[in-house]
Amino acid sequence: MGNRCAVIGVGQTHYTTKRRDVSIAGLVREAAVRALEDAGLTFKDIDAVVVGKAPDLFEGVMMPEAYLADALGAAGKPMMRVHTAGSVGGSTALVGASLIQGGVHDRVLVVAFEKQSESNATWALSTHLPFSASLVVGAGGYFAPHIREYIRRTGAPEHIGHLVAVKDRLNALKNPYAHLKIPGIDLKMVESTPMLWEPIRYLDTCPSSDGACAMVLSSESAVTGTPAWLHGTAMRSEPIFRADRDTVSPQAGKDCAADVYRQAGVTDPRRQIDVAEVYVPFSWYEPMWLENLGFAADSEGWKLTESGATALDGDTPWNASGGVLSSNPIGASGLIRFAEAALQVRGMAGEHQVDGARLALGHAYGGGAQFFAMWIVGREKP
Amino acid sequence: MREVAVVAFAQTRHTDHDGGLSEPELILPVINEVKQSTGLKRFGFTCSGSCDYLAGAPFSFVSALDALGAWPPISESHVEMDAAWALYEAWVRLQHGDIDSALVYGFGKSSLGDLREIMTLQLDPYYLAPLGLDQLSFAALQASAAGAERKELDEIVRRSRADGRSNPYALDLPEDVGDEYAVEPIRKSDVAPITDGAAAIVLAAGDLARELCARPAYIRGIAHRIEPHYLGMRDLALSVSAADAARAAGVGKGPVEVAELHTQFAHEEPILRRALELPDGTVINPSGGPLAANPVMATGLIRIGEAARRIHDGTAARTVGHAAGGPCLQHNLVTVLEA
Repeated sequence: MGNRCAVIGVGQTHYTTKRRDVSIAGLVREAAVRALEDAGLTFKDIDAVVVGKAPDLFEGVMMPEAYLADALGAAGKPMMRVHTAGSVGGSTALVGASLIQGGVHDRVLVVAFEKQSESNATWALSTHLPFSASLVVGAGGYFAPHIREYIRRTGAPEHIGHLVAVKDRLNALKNPYAHLKIPGIDLKMVESTPMLWEPIRYLDTCPSSDGACAMVLSSESAVTGTPAWLHGTAMRSEPIFRADRDTVSPQAGKDCAADVYRQAGVTDPRRQIDVAEVYVPFSWYEPMWLENLGFAADSEGWKLTESGATALDGDTPWNASGGVLSSNPIGASGLIRFAEAALQVRGMAGEHQVDGARLALGHAYGGGAQFFAMWIVGREKP
Repeated sequence: MREVAVVAFAQTRHTDHDGGLSEPELILPVINEVKQSTGLKRFGFTCSGSCDYLAGAPFSFVSALDALGAWPPISESHVEMDAAWALYEAWVRLQHGDIDSALVYGFGKSSLGDLREIMTLQLDPYYLAPLGLDQLSFAALQASAAGAERKELDEIVRRSRADGRSNPYALDLPEDVGDEYAVEPIRKSDVAPITDGAAAIVLAAGDLARELCARPAYIRGIAHRIEPHYLGMRDLALSVSAADAARAAGVGKGPVEVAELHTQFAHEEPILRRALELPDGTVINPSGGPLAANPVMATGLIRIGEAARRIHDGTAARTVGHAAGGPCLQHNLVTVLEA
């Protein structure tokens, strides 16, 4: 894992449907400045900047990091641009951390964003190459069959997804940055919303958000303020078209979790990890990832969700922030998971703080559930 | 820093037209070639560089994983930058000390769209892109600022094309450079050709480098810097970021026998030559350089590969590979390789 690395600053914008008051540069700078303020630093203290976002087609700006260099104080410094599909936010944190773990830099600013209001993400995701039939519309069209297969395998009752949809939105009410705030949300409300992609109803999906998230990462000698120490980092990818690939519980997710658990000394994730921020863009992905990440045995994930164990007051809280279901600036969504995990172990998560959180998991996935990025952060030094 | 070397390099026979191959089909042979030359089937880390806008579709890198045969799943990442930055990311990853090998690749088919207009979309979307300034026009601004002699530029083009004709991987471009302007003062011959292609490199650390390669090309220094995006904020006659990166990489710490520079336009060569403070004796772009083959997103990686190749084959002991990104050399990466 290389040299020790810590998160010393986190900055987020208030996620919302349209940020008409700022440009893309204004949006990323807002998050960056907040992260620097949290760390008690300025742009001058930063050695390098890493920018992540999902496909450039989402805003129609090719390689926008070139244009964002000025707003992020990167001029005169090294700057990297990461793109690993939906997992990009997580990968961005890992590439930034790698620069410190490799002993190249002492302080790195990582920033991820999406300004979805600048275009239409569903259609940007639905383009396809000539002569290859595109049979799906948007991410929901792609993932719904995988969810149906999960239900077929496990016999999970249909309200499980809705339980997650309610739980994450209740958590969002406690997070000042969350996009969706739906007071009084309950099972009945979710069930009454239109069916989009069987079995995904409208409130089972994530919103389209504008927003940015930033973190300041530091080497051990350059730590300021309250650090969240990295205990493990891992990435895994697998081919999208491989025959016999299990798209419901992908091997890459299992391998990535095993790698990050090994580094952090985690043998029983449900007991040892105090809070997990996991990429759940469609409600059913909570039980699916509970199994993939080893929090529950195969076919048992939905029972854990049903029991309330993943609620804020449960024994293994998932997405205390409200998760992707409540805020989804796509390119930033992974980084927000990683940042929220850091906030929890720093004891700085505010109203959605999990009491006494000492070890937290940040998780992101992307592509056809084939790209995975994870980290484990802790209150103590590894 | 941990000793890391380029131990294998492969590239496609680049074409000036769409050869009908998909991106995975383009990549597969070069991946196989570096796997065969090193005997490695799995790598500690894999990183690639490509650009969705060249393919006109999101996630153009996703299907590349099928070319890799990424099974069991691999530790992998991707930059939406020239693959030279993927090499940088892999070099950083190798510094952690827990893995010893990395696969890096880049690919691009600029034949599919209008590269000049696509590059416009890289500009500030609010204040610059709406002006419609295309790649040739903003390069022409830099050429004007640099004020190179026409004779010098023609000589650079003739030399690059001649070297390219003797490089089996580069295009065969005519000796006659013509006198037609693209955008004054840039002539059509000053512009790197539209090219499709791919390249791959294997990095190895420590003992593994010596096991895999008779003469590994050790990365003695590697650094990159970006500068302000807005052309009006920069002195376009200079490349401050290339000079900073060259100093950080330690170019001046010894003689440079060969420098492979990411010159997409002839006038960039004198600018970069000054920025890197290369002495007169340094041979520039003996492969022909980007003016003889410019598979966008792989071009920078190929510079590092070509610089490494001179060390692998024993014709040089210290070389430099350079890569650039952004309008008018906004972002520069410099690598120093030694036997």
